[in-house]
Amino acid sequence: MTEFAVELRDVVKTFRTPEGTLLNAVDHVTLQIRNGEFFSMLGSSGCGKTTSLRMIAGFEWPTQGEVFIAGKAMGHTPPFQRPVNTVFQNYALFQHMTVYQNIAFGLEMDRVPPAEIKRRVGEMLELVQLVGLERRYPRQLSGGQQQRVALARALVKMPKVLLLDEPLGALDLKLRKEMQLELKAIQQKVGITFVYVTHDQEEALTMSDRIAVMSKGKVMQIGAPVEIYERPSNRFVADFIGESNFLDGTVREVEGDYATVYVPALNAEIRGLNTGQVRRSESVVVSIRPEKVRLSSQTALQNNSFVGRVTKSTYIGADTHVYVDVRGYLFKVWEQNKISSLDPKAYYTIGQEVVVNLFPENTLILSGM
Amino acid sequence: MLRHFRENKSWQGTLLVLPTLLWMVVLLIIPLLLTLVVSFGRRRADGGVIFTFSLDNYIRLLGLQPDCLNPFVCFDPLYINILWRSISLAFWTTVLVIVLGYPLAYFIARAHPHRRNTYLMLVLVPLWTNFVIRVYAWMMLLREQGVINNVLGWIAARLGIPFEPLQMLYTPGAVLVGMVYEFLPFMILPIYTSLEKIDLSLYEAAADLGANPVRTFLRVTLPLSAPGMVAGTILVFVPVMGTFIVADLLGGKQVVLVGNLIQNQFLSARDPTFGSAASLILMVLTLIVTYFYTRKFGFGKEIVAA
Repeated sequence: MTEFAVELRDVVKTFRTPEGTLLNAVDHVTLQIRNGEFFSMLGSSGCGKTTSLRMIAGFEWPTQGEVFIAGKAMGHTPPFQRPVNTVFQNYALFQHMTVYQNIAFGLEMDRVPPAEIKRRVGEMLELVQLVGLERRYPRQLSGGQQQRVALARALVKMPKVLLLDEPLGALDLKLRKEMQLELKAIQQKVGITFVYVTHDQEEALTMSDRIAVMSKGKVMQIGAPVEIYERPSNRFVADFIGESNFLDGTVREVEGDYATVYVPALNAEIRGLNTGQVRRSESVVVSIRPEKVRLSSQTALQNNSFVGRVTKSTYIGADTHVYVDVRGYLFKVWEQNKISSLDPKAYYTIGQEVVVNLFPENTLILSGM
Repeated sequence: MLRHFRENKSWQGTLLVLPTLLWMVVLLIIPLLLTLVVSFGRRRADGGVIFTFSLDNYIRLLGLQPDCLNPFVCFDPLYINILWRSISLAFWTTVLVIVLGYPLAYFIARAHPHRRNTYLMLVLVPLWTNFVIRVYAWMMLLREQGVINNVLGWIAARLGIPFEPLQMLYTPGAVLVGMVYEFLPFMILPIYTSLEKIDLSLYEAAADLGANPVRTFLRVTLPLSAPGMVAGTILVFVPVMGTFIVADLLGGKQVVLVGNLIQNQFLSARDPTFGSAASLILMVLTLIVTYFYTRKFGFGKEIVAA
């Protein structure tokens, strides 16, 4: 058994648009998904995540490159001969079959003996907590229950890889959060590799062991959730995952892990972590998360501190979102509300003068592609 | 008053149903009751009706005589045969129409959406021509000096084989061909509708779960398109049971169906009482067949969710 459950090697998928032009929906993607991993492909619609998933499932064939599953090149192997199963976005349950028949379908196709089908379907019903509903038809179930049937139907075959195409997209927020935790628990219990496609970053961050952030058919970054959030490798990822303040500039100096950047917008120098491996006089972008900016009444640092004025302050419960104007540049700052108070002065008020402090260890210097 | 009416849902319902209800009562229920009454009457010498209560017409339909009810002595299967021929012709027409129509409906349903309407229109093109004219066209094709025999004769002459024109017109086969031709669109359209409703992801799900194309068809496509086949069967079977034009023109005197029998009784034999009895028997037979058929396969039972 190889180390990788799924591997894409330089995979390209070209579609013809209705206008007749060619479009690379997946554009030279190379990635490896490890055995037993919860791997997410994250991106907005049209980024190529679903097409990539469909190529693993066998519904699409790569225009170029190769998909490997458990070390085997898949070529033009049809879906029904691949050791993977899919949970579809709209569940795709067979409306003319009961819950039991839906789950048993895949095993019947493999000509599993009836006694074993009964046992395995029973186990699945228990795993996804649908015991007692096996004689219902899909239309007699709630959205969450249908989702569980789709999951059980795919999992019962014990595939090498389970593919999930935005399976929680149709559920309401609360149910979605419950299902996220449950999916993760099920994945850990059965130990099957999950490849999960989503556009919901929070979902990806909550469940995944590793995430591939995709955009326009390309992989922008692959890493653990903490790496993706704390060490984005480029502006796109920093912008797509969470929020960031971006300042364009030019590198003045590089010393060790840090770099100093001249930022014309502030007419000042900012020191930050050289995470983008930038070099002197390179055009770069300085990125800092709103929750990592510190506000104070007095200057706290020798440099990286800027006096500004609050232009907007929004109380949103756990946090207050403060917008600070520094020489025409608007900083987003998320301040945690650590004190319980009804006094507006306990929060930031418009027109108030504050100092914006950018701690160098929280400030990232990214190459400015 | 007006407000009361606006808020009263059952009043609104009644008003909406009323025009159709009147139409049906005047043009369907009353004539049916008349037919029932006439069927128990006796034929008057001039072709009129003597209203009594007599079962003579039904006894004759069963192949017996009013004055001889012993089936071992005087059983004449003439009318039973006609009924049986009608049912079996309707059955085989339906079977053939499914066999021919399903693949085409499937092809259209899976075609590119831009092209589907064109294909559907092509299916409907024959319906733009009058029913009877289409049957006449088949006479041109099938008769002894018709197109088919002429072409076959020409080929035979070229190959130097002796050729006798085939007797195709005025055979049960000709009637079957004509019926299938006339009713094919009525099977294609409902099957197409139910196939078109099937979400493409269901085919993918079946393939994903290990079903090859044949098993996907048998386990997913066929059951999900069953409502279309049931609807199509009713749309084909019921009219075929009653049609007389096709059998009249393509079957001549050789193929007599219930429809022809009824037509003859009213127009040539001038026995409206017997014609009425035959009409009612036809209706009851059709109802029985469709009742058991829909009980088994469901009618309008939406198993394909939106």
